[in-house]
Amino acid sequence: MEEGKHPADNAGQPESAAGKLIAAEERLLAVERNNPASPYFNQGGPPRAGRRKFMLGSMAAAGVAGGLPLNALSAVPLGAVEHEVPADASRVQGYPLDDQSYGSRSQFETEVRARFKTATAQSSWTFTPLDKGCGIITPSGLHFERSHGGTAVIDPATHSVYVHGMVRQPKKFSMADIRRFPSASRIMFIECSGNGLTEWSKPTMKTVQGTHGLTSTSEWTGVPLSTILNEAGVKGGAKWLLAEGGDAAAMTRSIPLEKALKDCFLAYGQNGEAIRPEQGYPLRLIVPGFEGNMNIKWLRRLEISDVPFMTREETSKYTDLRPSGKAVQFSFEMEAKSVITSPSGEMMLDEPGFHEITGIAWSGRGRIKRVDISVDGGQTWNAAALQGPVLPICHTRFRFPWMWDGKDAILQSRCVDETGYVQPTLGQVIALRGLDGPLGSIYHLNAIQSWAVATDGKVSNVHHY
Amino acid sequence: MSTTIKLASAVAAAALLSSAALAADKDKPVFGFGSTPTASELQKFTSPLPDGRGLPPGSGSVAQGKVVYQEQCLACHGQKLEGGIGDKLIGGRGSLVNDNPAKAPVKTVESYWPYATTLFDYVKRAMPLLAPGSLTDDQVYAVTAYILSEAKIVAPDAVLDAGSLAKVVMPNRDGFIPDPRPEKFPSATNSPHQDMKIAAPAK
Repeated sequence: MEEGKHPADNAGQPESAAGKLIAAEERLLAVERNNPASPYFNQGGPPRAGRRKFMLGSMAAAGVAGGLPLNALSAVPLGAVEHEVPADASRVQGYPLDDQSYGSRSQFETEVRARFKTATAQSSWTFTPLDKGCGIITPSGLHFERSHGGTAVIDPATHSVYVHGMVRQPKKFSMADIRRFPSASRIMFIECSGNGLTEWSKPTMKTVQGTHGLTSTSEWTGVPLSTILNEAGVKGGAKWLLAEGGDAAAMTRSIPLEKALKDCFLAYGQNGEAIRPEQGYPLRLIVPGFEGNMNIKWLRRLEISDVPFMTREETSKYTDLRPSGKAVQFSFEMEAKSVITSPSGEMMLDEPGFHEITGIAWSGRGRIKRVDISVDGGQTWNAAALQGPVLPICHTRFRFPWMWDGKDAILQSRCVDETGYVQPTLGQVIALRGLDGPLGSIYHLNAIQSWAVATDGKVSNVHHY
Repeated sequence: MSTTIKLASAVAAAALLSSAALAADKDKPVFGFGSTPTASELQKFTSPLPDGRGLPPGSGSVAQGKVVYQEQCLACHGQKLEGGIGDKLIGGRGSLVNDNPAKAPVKTVESYWPYATTLFDYVKRAMPLLAPGSLTDDQVYAVTAYILSEAKIVAPDAVLDAGSLAKVVMPNRDGFIPDPRPEKFPSATNSPHQDMKIAAPAK
């Protein structure tokens, strides 16, 4: 992103990054607003009562006509296979089972990642569609991406990982070597520390995908880094570890050796299969609870040292400049954060009455202890139910039953983690960290999100603190 | 866990832990998987430290660097290093102290980067965009010298090598502080913004 400008400043200009993203968000919303089955369905005017009947009626009519409207962006949604839709699926045979198949999702499901339109499509990021997500796991194909040199294509048969520097015995491991070591799995979130960077000074993105979509949860499987380092034998006086990716950016970050030995691991598995190419196939470093950038993808090298390497990504980027002119460096932990994913920006509540408020909370410092919900802009709070098991450093699904009275409302979620840390308001964050430019200190914005519900049922991204 | 990793304490703690890890090595089984890399395999990699350790042999002048820049960098970073597809490389001194929400600080190699070794390291590994890792060590020293000269950090006749690059003092060398988190926020009810009206929704 261009330094020095708020990404929304050029929103009217199609060539600007945020302008393109907002335009892309608007195109997706235009499709959703015409789909009666979508929470964004909006035909103009107050939908209120009657929408549900219309929806059922239109679905039945469409069913009789031989098919529901598909994603207007393509004939068949990505990841789906189109099948003829019978009027009554119980009266005809379904399509045959094919044990050669990888499987596909329903042809009626359309959610995809959305890319932030940076200057190149290689150094860019894509957002997870949190709005329609359920539970705590992010489907592998919808896990957010942040890459600095495109997605590297690496044959695991020829890939090696080197361990050198302040070690007694430099080592080289093939992927076959890596897979021989005792393995471990962990269900864990990874969040880009730039998640929400557009939201510091004014509400900018419209949907929760745009405001919070740079966090995802997967089950990761691999080898503890302590096991690998033990093979090489770390020398006395060593304090830092450099991890380097084998992509075009040769992404590198320094990690404190204490953290490396505590709980880091090298992952080759994601949600029960090999890690996805865009997540670092064949091997990714996992640094639990630390900012996403440190979870080096396409891992090819670990170098041990006594001091940090001061790479570009830990000096000129991923540092948090404050109004004093000093920048916070090595701001590793992802602090406790939560967001209501439904109802969320641009959705339409069809009528007053019962609506489930649901969302996710997470903390890089451990388990989520509680999540409170406010429907009156933070004046009163009530506890949400947490979906178990609640895991440390993991998305935690919360749910809260809400009877909407049809009046203006402001929905907020606020989480507390097991350290007692309470998710701050945007006002509290700015009071402490300042706002030195439209994007503030860019990284690590973990403030409470506000969604305004208007009397016509329209939900909007607002600042309220 | 309520502690935070501060630079000083992290260094102390890591020192303790690494000696503990050494002790633990005796108990932890070594599987012996993998092989021993050759010296030439490891020489493929360059990751200099701020004090210059790890910098390769070679050298380059500002004048040589100007040629490299024009051939390899200008298309993305601009005729005057003003940026384009790639980052703006010079300017911005004095812009980091800033309390203006409407005006962003200008973060460049000149104004923000604390170590000159980082510039060598990044160009060596990740530049130019369409052929990363293709520059020789001499070319990287040269283009580093050119950028630092345009930033008025080294003289126009400077020649950089492993020794002289590590001695370059960047303007923002002391611009970084340890992580103060977890933070103690002011009470939400005392927030200066508590009485703010709802800001307009995203347009």
